Amino acid sequence: MPRKTSRLTFLPLWLVYVFFYVPIAVVVFMSFNAGDSPYSFEGFSLDWYGKLAGSATILEGLGNTLIVAVGTCLISTVVGTLLAVGLARHTRSKVLEAVATLPAILPELMLAIGLLIFYTAVNFTLGLTSILLAHLTFGIPLVAVVVRVRLASMDTSLEEASTDLGASPLQTFFRITLPGLAPGIAAGALLAFTFSLDEFVLAFFSAGPTDPTLPIVIYSMVRFGVTPDINALATILLTISVVAVLAVQRMTRLTESLK
Amino acid sequence: MSRGRGSILARLIFLGPGLIMLTLLAVVPMLLMLSTMFFQRGRFGGVIYEFTTANFSRLFQPLYLNVIQDSLVVAGVVTVLALLIGYPTAYAIALLPSKWKTIALLAVMLPFWTNFLIRMYAWTILLSGPGLVNETLTGIGLIDQPLELLYNRGTVVVGLLYGYLSLMILPIYSAVERLDPRLREASANLGASPVRTFFSVTLPLTLPSALIGAVLVFVPSFGNFVVPEILGGGKAIMIGNLIRDQFLKARDWPFGATIALVMILVTVVLLLAQAVVSRRTRSA
Repeated sequence: MPRKTSRLTFLPLWLVYVFFYVPIAVVVFMSFNAGDSPYSFEGFSLDWYGKLAGSATILEGLGNTLIVAVGTCLISTVVGTLLAVGLARHTRSKVLEAVATLPAILPELMLAIGLLIFYTAVNFTLGLTSILLAHLTFGIPLVAVVVRVRLASMDTSLEEASTDLGASPLQTFFRITLPGLAPGIAAGALLAFTFSLDEFVLAFFSAGPTDPTLPIVIYSMVRFGVTPDINALATILLTISVVAVLAVQRMTRLTESLK
Repeated sequence: MSRGRGSILARLIFLGPGLIMLTLLAVVPMLLMLSTMFFQRGRFGGVIYEFTTANFSRLFQPLYLNVIQDSLVVAGVVTVLALLIGYPTAYAIALLPSKWKTIALLAVMLPFWTNFLIRMYAWTILLSGPGLVNETLTGIGLIDQPLELLYNRGTVVVGLLYGYLSLMILPIYSAVERLDPRLREASANLGASPVRTFFSVTLPLTLPSALIGAVLVFVPSFGNFVVPEILGGGKAIMIGNLIRDQFLKARDWPFGATIALVMILVTVVLLLAQAVVSRRTRSA
């Protein structure tokens, strides 16, 4: 019998949202503080945003992060899309499937130290390239998963018709599969970019001594307590993530995949 | 185009780049790390490839065992709290009308896609001496003096819960959503109370997904080194801090890899436990 759900049922939900969003809201609110105190709001100003633009450390970190994130996004998107199509249409091997998903379920710290040992063993100089390669271990499976969700919902009859009419696998891919996959690919690309933008553990272990990414800069700032100059930076990064996730939702109905 | 029929060339083009990259950048490094445990440390980090088993006996020193035990307790408490909070939350979302459902789910996903360091930093503002929590508590007259809320094990638990709660809610929501409503109706029609129906129908059927959530929360909590540092103030160190320090401070990589073995074993045991429960549920 369907019964009327009590209002009390939704109480946990509201409490969880308070828990999730109050800390974030405080950071965003305090980024517009005119005063220096991290605790009391002394009027609205954009001073902290101005200071960000003048900080050489943060700008350098931002530059490095953008290089890594754009690289991760581009390579993950191309390779991850090919991988998704390959796994769905060109093989049934469970082993290959495992190799393609393993990195995404490994604890990040494991992967980070494994990569550090690997880079040292093959004499690979640590720097932005090693961070980028480290980010691919998560970026490629991420794009592959998102694209496969889209692939699973696509009608295969067009691809079959294309093959029956004599098109090569590549022709079929470029003319039929790819256009249908476009929203999934764009969503995967955005997620890979956002992931790389915010990723700390892999970057921390793969970074050379001179080229820190933004999360590494943030880490060295926050590990010694409250630093109000980070609020503005935090707000900008939060905004980018929120916009990216909302865009992904529009393109792929991210939340539907949970049903 | 049938599955598995594609030409060798097509397989090479589609699967080659991804699998080669992931093998080189994930499979090989993991194997290398596992083998590193049997070798000796280099003087300034790195590895000297001479066989030894000394790393394993060192792991059983009380110093390390205590940290491992503390980490298991902290991650365990975080996981149980996440389950107790996450289950009713996921259940409530599944009851929402579909338009609100989407918004509610996005609101759960969003924190997970935002910068982890920044989310932890946010708690240092909230919990510090003159921060919002102490202000509120003194404001409503609950306490006279600000409490020492930062830099203890409880703070670490709050931080980890904040970091990974989404990962508990989403799989449980997914399971509740897939639940056949007829099962609950049948149970109700047969005279079971809503409480009885929940415990004998809903809960057992959603348990495997709740356990997936538990693994997703436990594993990154157990191996975390950022939260114990930022919110624990280095006073409540965990296994992740040990591993980090062996690699970046003590420069004893083989021993660091040996500690990491504990993390791998714990992860594997949890995944197996989840698989057993999920198989039992399916066959029942």
